Amino acid sequence: MSADLTELYQQVILDHNRRPRNRGRLPTANRVAHGDNPSCGDQCDVFLQLDGDRIKDISFDGSGCAISQASASLMTTQLKGKTAAEAEALYKKFHEIVTTGKEPEEISDLAAFAGVHTFPARIKCATLGWHAALNALKGDAAPATTESHTD
Amino acid sequence: MPAWPDVRADFPILHQQVNGKPLVYLDSAATAQKPRAVIDALVRYYERDNSNVHRGLHALSMRATDAYEGARTRVAKFIHAADPAEVIFTRGTTESINLVAHSWGRAHLKPGDVVLATEMEHHSNLVPWQQAAKASGATLRYVPVLGANAEGGLDLAALDRLLTPSVKLFAFTHISNTLGTVNPAAELCRRARAVGAVTVVDAAQSVGHVPLDVQALGCDFLAFSGHKMCGPTGIGVLYGRRALLDKLAPDETGGGMVVSVDYEGASWKPAPERLEAGTPDIAGAIGLGVACDYLEGLDRAAIARHDSGLARLAYEKLSTLPNIRLLGPADARSGLVSFAFPDVHAHDVVTFADEDGIALRGGHHCNQPLMRKLGLTSTTRASFYVYNQPGEIDALVSSLQRTLKFFRG
Repeated sequence: MSADLTELYQQVILDHNRRPRNRGRLPTANRVAHGDNPSCGDQCDVFLQLDGDRIKDISFDGSGCAISQASASLMTTQLKGKTAAEAEALYKKFHEIVTTGKEPEEISDLAAFAGVHTFPARIKCATLGWHAALNALKGDAAPATTESHTD
Repeated sequence: MPAWPDVRADFPILHQQVNGKPLVYLDSAATAQKPRAVIDALVRYYERDNSNVHRGLHALSMRATDAYEGARTRVAKFIHAADPAEVIFTRGTTESINLVAHSWGRAHLKPGDVVLATEMEHHSNLVPWQQAAKASGATLRYVPVLGANAEGGLDLAALDRLLTPSVKLFAFTHISNTLGTVNPAAELCRRARAVGAVTVVDAAQSVGHVPLDVQALGCDFLAFSGHKMCGPTGIGVLYGRRALLDKLAPDETGGGMVVSVDYEGASWKPAPERLEAGTPDIAGAIGLGVACDYLEGLDRAAIARHDSGLARLAYEKLSTLPNIRLLGPADARSGLVSFAFPDVHAHDVVTFADEDGIALRGGHHCNQPLMRKLGLTSTTRASFYVYNQPGEIDALVSSLQRTLKFFRG
């Protein structure tokens, strides 16, 4: 297997793909948003229980490739307890990782997605769950789509 | 496998390495590769004859016109149309179907009418009819597909119930791009005609793969793309029976399609010019004509045996993989195989195959409603054409084994 492919399918990603965290509907959710990746048919629903500005609980449900499912799963573990502004900042960091391959200074599981940048077609897979989560935070009724974002 | 000449030498693109491995191109249902003869025809046209067609009185324009109209005659012969004027050059299958949906739909569909399609249509033979039905107040109905893996083909018993005199148009695919199912096109046309419905056949996956005779099929309209049959991209065909085409109002208007224009209005030429406003894809049409020559040189019945032979072999070998779900009929399929694993997504499969130099397609194949009906979001598709060899199926199977081992452990 090539180095690029090993980098794309890191253990962290395979693990989240096999055993997704926080998967399924969240009964206590007060926000929900749906995300679509029209180029491949991947879908992701993100459920949020917001307490004021803070994400008290979060889950996701959907279908898609290992990258999209693992990314959504890992995202839920990263966003729990964060405020909307912190979530936004974290997404910016994640977006930089998947588009440039530049790993963050602090140690983070998000770095597992650095290998995505050598597979440009897969960047949308990695960001699908995040788009849905940010829309849920904003309370946007319209489904998130990876096509309307500039990645 | 039937005996087959190795024609790989005719296709320059195949002789390259992808990710350090010899390219195995199994994505011809998306677009076919081009033989040297087609590529040369494009270069020759641009180097020697390029000029605008019709109205031209100089040498180059006459050569370009002759070549363009010669291509129309060539394509007409390829599909056995009664008259070259029944061949309208378009951008491809999508534009051809949209032309009928717009022009024929606007003139004929009204509230209470039914447009009939099938559950296995590509979006390009589905969305235009949704739009035409919405615009006219007609209802769109679908002939169901049978079987948990769509192995049973179209429900022909249901077709009897669905084909009522309210059905004004029946649009169906000749060969499914997702399932490989070959529909009984002549029978479907015959049954539609019996209730007075106009037929539109999506021949995108069939015209380059099986012998096709529009008069024997008995269809009213038939649409296809050049690029899926070794021709260039950007050129396609709408075939229509002359009597229907002459009554079809143009969807696009402008230069080249008018008899006379004054400041108050204009009058139209007969088909085909009436339906080809603006400068056409001259080089594309010429290239398509050469692609027709190429395929006929290989013998179209032999191509059909070769493609479906490879697909059957692939179906057989893939069925040995643990926990694989194969779609479509087990035999009598055209040159493609579509499959899914419950635990490994199609896009991961395609990424891994690409690593081995194998080009596959993963996704919904512009067939989202059918995917939903089958409880799938995507499949992986391997599709075969004249340049593929049985050994490439072995390469595919070992690549898939490696992928499954990686994800399943």
